[in-house]
Amino acid sequence: MTMTLSQQIITIAMVVLGTLITRFLPFIVFPSGNKIPKYVQYLGKVLAAAVFGMLVVYSLRNVSIFEGNHGLPELIAIVVVILLHLWKKNMLVSIAGGTVCYMLLIQFVFNKF
Amino acid sequence: MEKKQVIINSLKAAFPKTIPIMAGFTFLGLTYGIYMNVSGFSFLYPLLMSMTIFAGSVEFLAVGMLLGPFDPLSALLMTIMVNARHLFYGISMLEKFSDVGLKKIYLIFAMCDESFSINYTAQIPEDCDKGWFMFFVSILNQIYWVFGAAMGGLFGSLITFSTEGLDFVLVSMFVVIFLDNFIKEKNHASSILGIVISVVCLLIFGPDRFIIPSMISILAVLSLLRAPLEKAGEKT
Repeated sequence: MTMTLSQQIITIAMVVLGTLITRFLPFIVFPSGNKIPKYVQYLGKVLAAAVFGMLVVYSLRNVSIFEGNHGLPELIAIVVVILLHLWKKNMLVSIAGGTVCYMLLIQFVFNKF
Repeated sequence: MEKKQVIINSLKAAFPKTIPIMAGFTFLGLTYGIYMNVSGFSFLYPLLMSMTIFAGSVEFLAVGMLLGPFDPLSALLMTIMVNARHLFYGISMLEKFSDVGLKKIYLIFAMCDESFSINYTAQIPEDCDKGWFMFFVSILNQIYWVFGAAMGGLFGSLITFSTEGLDFVLVSMFVVIFLDNFIKEKNHASSILGIVISVVCLLIFGPDRFIIPSMISILAVLSLLRAPLEKAGEKT
């Protein structure tokens, strides 16, 4: 390992600081008690829905559609999650069902390709 | 109602919401701990880093930073880039966090993707306190992550059973959260924009660089649509 202990600590401290900045900045710019500008209030209402969409894509970002299994196991498992959720409306059932389905698919069905 | 009872109720309501994350974080934390273990670090590194950083993707990146040349400025900049999505979480949580007292500091510190998603969407029962509920969701999630990371760092090389695909639990969770929100909301414009813009940016910029362009495009389009979307919101 090339870094000294103090260099490692500084590097980790920078990662901590960077994360703190991204999490605390909105609350520092708009402290509670002060009036939040109308535009920011609007963003606070509409952003989250777009963020949930972005997080779905983010969690699938390393799936390659053009090679390997072409994202087929992921697609099947997501359809299972959606159908289970529309049917049972139970978060845990949908998540567990989709995950088990995905594990079975990639360990036993798609591993031969 | 007695204050202690309200706190206990909040814990009881929060725990079930975190069960999928217990599975996902213990597993991902283990993976992270194992990765540090095989990269030659003592288990103290994943333990302390998961406690202080508590942001999954940059903790994985930090392993590479620690193995490379000493460059604190790019460590800082890379962290801000990868974690920039937290800015959107903060803007969405300004109001929900405004009246929870000192717990707010921890809630902001521990606002990972999963805790944000649950705390933003959860229907908090009447007999609970909102602040305590969100606090328990956040701290339980962090406990799972720290536990997994420390275990991975300690026993990483001993695990042999096939957990391949278990990390899909987090994909499933984000799909369910998206779907729940989609069913509840009256106007789907923002949800659909979030998916379409992210997919387009992913195809153009690739998996490591698409988040910032996606955020900028989402912000731009939502700002352009402010008038019609606010009108649609008033009607309902």
